[in-house]
Amino acid sequence: MASATTITAEREHYLNADYGMRSWFFTTDHKRIALLYLISITFFFFIGGFFALLIRLELLTPQGDLVQADTYNKLFSMHGQVMIFFFLIPAVPAVLGNFLIPMMIGAKDLAFPRINLLSWYLFIIGGGLMLYTILTGGVDTGWTFYVPLSTAYLGTHVVLAAVSIFIAGFSSILTGLNFIVTIHRMRAPGMTWGRMPLFLWSNYATAIIQVLGTPVLAISLSLVGLERLFHLGVFNPQLGGDPLLFQHLFWFYSHPAVYIMILPGMGVVSEVIPCFSRKRVFGYEFVALASIGIAVLGFLVWAHHMFVAGISVYSAMVFSFFSYLVAVPSAIKVFNWTATMYKGKIYYSTPMLYAMGFIGLFTMGGMTGLFLAALGVDVHVTDTYFIVAHFHYIMVGGMVMAYLAGLHFWWPKISGRMYPEAWGKLAAMTIFIGFNLTFFPQFILGWTGMPRRYHAYPPEFQVLNVLSTAGSTVLAVGYLLPMVYFLWSLRYGKEAGDNPWGAAGLEWKTASPPPTYNFEETPVVTWEAYNYEELPKEVPVVG
Amino acid sequence: MFPNFPIWPVRAATSASNLDALFIFLLCVTGMVTLLIFILITVFALRYRRTLVEKSTPILGSVALETTWSLVPFGIFLIFFVWGAVIYFQERTAPADSMEIYVVAKQWMWKLEHADGQREINELHVPVDRDVKLIMTSQDVIHSFFVPAFRLKQDVLPGRYTTLWFHAIRPGTYHLFCAEYCGTQHSGMIGSIVVMNPAAYEAWLSGGGGEGSLASTGQKLFQQLGCGSCHRSDTQGRGPNLVGMFGKPVLLEDGRTVVADENYVRESILNPGAKIVAGFKNIMPSFQGVVNEEQLLSLIAYVKSLQGSQQREPVSNRPAVPNVSAQPRVK
Repeated sequence: MASATTITAEREHYLNADYGMRSWFFTTDHKRIALLYLISITFFFFIGGFFALLIRLELLTPQGDLVQADTYNKLFSMHGQVMIFFFLIPAVPAVLGNFLIPMMIGAKDLAFPRINLLSWYLFIIGGGLMLYTILTGGVDTGWTFYVPLSTAYLGTHVVLAAVSIFIAGFSSILTGLNFIVTIHRMRAPGMTWGRMPLFLWSNYATAIIQVLGTPVLAISLSLVGLERLFHLGVFNPQLGGDPLLFQHLFWFYSHPAVYIMILPGMGVVSEVIPCFSRKRVFGYEFVALASIGIAVLGFLVWAHHMFVAGISVYSAMVFSFFSYLVAVPSAIKVFNWTATMYKGKIYYSTPMLYAMGFIGLFTMGGMTGLFLAALGVDVHVTDTYFIVAHFHYIMVGGMVMAYLAGLHFWWPKISGRMYPEAWGKLAAMTIFIGFNLTFFPQFILGWTGMPRRYHAYPPEFQVLNVLSTAGSTVLAVGYLLPMVYFLWSLRYGKEAGDNPWGAAGLEWKTASPPPTYNFEETPVVTWEAYNYEELPKEVPVVG
Repeated sequence: MFPNFPIWPVRAATSASNLDALFIFLLCVTGMVTLLIFILITVFALRYRRTLVEKSTPILGSVALETTWSLVPFGIFLIFFVWGAVIYFQERTAPADSMEIYVVAKQWMWKLEHADGQREINELHVPVDRDVKLIMTSQDVIHSFFVPAFRLKQDVLPGRYTTLWFHAIRPGTYHLFCAEYCGTQHSGMIGSIVVMNPAAYEAWLSGGGGEGSLASTGQKLFQQLGCGSCHRSDTQGRGPNLVGMFGKPVLLEDGRTVVADENYVRESILNPGAKIVAGFKNIMPSFQGVVNEEQLLSLIAYVKSLQGSQQREPVSNRPAVPNVSAQPRVK
């Protein structure tokens, strides 16, 4: 494969097929749109990360001394809104999903290429409004927009922020719709549902949630806007409304949204682990169906965010039970990934390090979720740092690790170049250590009673907060490293060749970077997914 | 430099002891499973690393294993679920003879009112070894009453009452936090719970107050607002007789029955037309904007104090006659 160097320089592919701004901003090529998304969400990731660092710096001391209380409230609100709606939700689907789904099923593009471009424009309009919100004073609703605080008591850009998320939501809906139709209608001959890579199963499950859940978020945010502007009286009790109604509507989307964020990451891990274990994934059908199970059950657990909100004891019990039920498919996945490594031939390449990190951190996030699903325990630890630690273990320890695993794994395909492996491993280790140092102390903080969203706190919590802040600086360095060496590799990286990992999957059967229409001719699939016994037993490019 | 470094919160109420047992159980079980997965990953990664293994062994899966690792976790989850639900149920069910304290939250302070008339701000004195029930509301946004030493938390909502009860077992001063983000000074909405020995508590009680009990404040207000002209303590009033009504089921004009609890009395004062007692007309004006949250609580305390002599019997739709216990209820 290394001999392909000179040929690749001449060959036409999606990156050099056309030049100029127009060729990017009016492209309908799913791969180019994926790159547009990659650049946009990376931008938002560093903005959200910058807010996070300021939050951690403020919490270095018990007094509120770095920024004022209102500023602090804006920081955690905008950190949440930017990270969730403008990074985590689009991260894997809109970047890796966009790039890979057509290739993985042997198609030339998504079913609706122009709608795909529209999705990106909606995202950019939403994102632009969010930036405008930030630059003109920000918003301090939390990411949760709880009423009547957001509709009647805050003087910041609540409506603007809600509109920006409303618009970005349609981007998410259209992406989901596109994926569903594509996976149903565009599969190459022989690519049956049972032969689809698990990345497709998990993105399919995600797309279902995006299409069914996101409209409810749009409804809740519209009602917040209407109540704020025209005193509609849906949520505010002084106008005859019910504040718990908002929480029900909000979490009806926002709990499934957690699965929008994590399911695609699970899909990435399901690709990476078999490749670097040189082995079929253990229990393919169970991992595939677990994704669908999570998507369906995920719609039945929303009120577990409301156990202390004033809902009835009996409804709380129902939601606690379903929360335990939805934990079962996640457990199945963890056991299957672990079992996949058994009797494999394991490579410690960077994507694999991230994937193993993902299993460990996602497991810890999931296990602490079991604490929160227990009604009595939730009463004590909800709204404390315990919950902050829990969801960061899922979202950052799980999702961001998986996203980075995927980015490293498919970078050779995306760019045609290898990233520097030693730096990759260093960054993976730095992120793992920095992450645990940042977030593990927060479990203890929460258990001992420190509430979340506190600008100042009692002095006995300082030691753990100092540890957490120290960890966040390590984490920041860890995140900057890949940014730097990915850019470096675009020019100086080794030529990757078509399939540097010797990986299964149709995306590896085409050139790197792929031609505009992905395949010279439509592939015909005659093999099962993860047929590693038919592939080279070694990874050609050993990291 | 650092005064202390707690990793376990103080246990100062029965609810805390109950919860800690479950928490330790959860820590042990989830800790073991997490450790198992970490060990497996490490062992597999070392044992099957590329330099030790010539070729991977193809394995498709195992239905037996899949069934095991679906059902066994689910069985364990059921234990967590039942245990957690039992604790929650206890936490949400206050003993009947609890001492009642009213809480009004506002941006950004806690106002606490004792039945005997003592009022406190951001500090709550309670006796040890007594069941104490808090009846809470908010004047503005949602707050949350959180006492880590009791392992208890309950959101405090505008427009309705939520309750919380505890049984303190250890004298001392404990943190009271607002746990629901409520605007600028959210992290400043903190206070303390002072749990006192009975003697110290008695001494504290006799030192404060001065304005009379909450119910007597409510009675004065009841008279000032002219409530008594319709809500007479006989059968002749244009409104229902309130004596002995509190805590009993009430038959409504539309055939439903509701229990006359704090939320019902509150609604009947602010929005009287919402639930009309059977046999009466919708003629009462709303007192929305006339009485504030604290005055509402004093009115409720007064209505509660009107227990008359027929405490044990259900209230019917018609006003009952006080002090004539033998009198049968009119339909």
